[in-house]
Amino acid sequence: MFRRERGRSVATLIRVLGDFDLAEDAVQEAFLTALATWPERGVPENPGAWITTTARNRAIDRLRRERRLREKTETLRQLAGLEALDRDNEMTGIPDDRLCLIFTCCHPALSPEARVALTLRTLGGLTTPEIARAFLTSEAAMAQRLVRAKRKIREAGIPYRVPPPELLAGRLSSVLAVLYLIFNEGYVASGGSLLRVDLCDEAIRLGRVLADLLPGEPETEGLLALMLLQHSRRDARTDGNGDLVLLEDQDRSRWDHEMIDEGLAMVDATLGRGRPGPYQVQAAIAALHARAPRPEDTDWPQIAALYGVLAAMVPSPVVELNRAVAVAMADGPEHGLRMLEPLAAELGGYHLFHSARADLLRRLHRDGEAGEAYLRALELAGNPAERRFLERRLAEVDPSGFRADEP
Amino acid sequence: MQYLLLIYGDERAAAAMSPGELEVSEKAWYDYDGWLRAQGWKLAGDALQPTSTATTVREQGGAVLTTDGPFAETKEQLGGYYLVDCEHLDQAIEAASRMPIMGRGSVEIRPVREM
Repeated sequence: MFRRERGRSVATLIRVLGDFDLAEDAVQEAFLTALATWPERGVPENPGAWITTTARNRAIDRLRRERRLREKTETLRQLAGLEALDRDNEMTGIPDDRLCLIFTCCHPALSPEARVALTLRTLGGLTTPEIARAFLTSEAAMAQRLVRAKRKIREAGIPYRVPPPELLAGRLSSVLAVLYLIFNEGYVASGGSLLRVDLCDEAIRLGRVLADLLPGEPETEGLLALMLLQHSRRDARTDGNGDLVLLEDQDRSRWDHEMIDEGLAMVDATLGRGRPGPYQVQAAIAALHARAPRPEDTDWPQIAALYGVLAAMVPSPVVELNRAVAVAMADGPEHGLRMLEPLAAELGGYHLFHSARADLLRRLHRDGEAGEAYLRALELAGNPAERRFLERRLAEVDPSGFRADEP
Repeated sequence: MQYLLLIYGDERAAAAMSPGELEVSEKAWYDYDGWLRAQGWKLAGDALQPTSTATTVREQGGAVLTTDGPFAETKEQLGGYYLVDCEHLDQAIEAASRMPIMGRGSVEIRPVREM
């Protein structure tokens, strides 16, 4: 509840003040007051409005206290804005404010890392240390990143608004990319445990907010469906030791079927819109996995075909890699292997390329080559859970450890 | 807000244009200039002579050093600029994206520091 209300209050105050820091500080103070007084006095009928009103008052107090000549006109304008905030209407937070905030935080003039950090901080309500931990950077570095991002917004004149219709499609694409970056960081963490569940939940929550505020956008629903379907497998993806469990080995009874049903319904709904896009296609692929009661029931030919559609929309070697894996499942490892060869140049530095190749070689009983490929993958893989999985596979094809000992 | 739009392109490619291509290019810039003025955004703008005509001045060892050539050798060279006054960055981005240099170079947008 707090996170949700916080986002709304921050968004409203940023609109009025035009200053991220002042808005955040004021909302933070309001929350501290709430935590101190609500246990005794009880939670107010409209907590969100209470927070926004209190934050507004804190901001007014602060502006009056700070008499900086240089910013006098700015301060007067901000005070006027705060005092004009209409109780009934604006205290509950016009939906537009959060939408403005999402688009501002995800503006293409900001670096991708800055967009992610700012979105999580201002909309997600994560603290700077939490974000730093999530992305394996120091708190100081993350704080700097946020400071620089806010400065850029101010100094480069990034407008605080929902983009006009002619820009909306492109800008929405940027927002969706940020949300998916956040989700993926939680889904396969680059270090530590395999899953950082909070980030996935946060990305999904923000996706829902976006779908509510800007309805009728098939790609938004496509991304939301994709995240729900992937996240539905969270309890089955790792075993008791925190080790990776492959999709084909997962206990499907541990999948979140309520989440799957929601995801599937969304995929079906978007198909009828007739505005296909990459997230919808990826969601459709995830849906095919989700619909299979057992791994052997998976419709691999359809998945391979969908990767073909995806490749046409967003050509990339990684999409081709996934397509090769699907083709291998549908038509046999030799076919998949043949599709992988031309990707070697571009994907040589990608551990999943080598582990996919290794897997196909292993299935063809070409153990020597498989071992070499697993070694290459291990050189490049960072996540400990993934590494343990690769080491186990390597031991299977090279039990003597002969290759592992080679310099 | 004022922004300086710095236009970068490949000088050698520009120099190698045929008279026909030059004419097309000049018309495109002429039309662009008209559009920018109609928006009410244009404050100033010029094409620059190529980097072969540049002179760089800096101080070295306590003395003023003058050398032939641009500040730095780069893959794309500064070929022109526009100074615009508009509401916010998205308008500056729109101004940059409509320039005939698109597809053959890039535009750097720098907010002008307000004193």
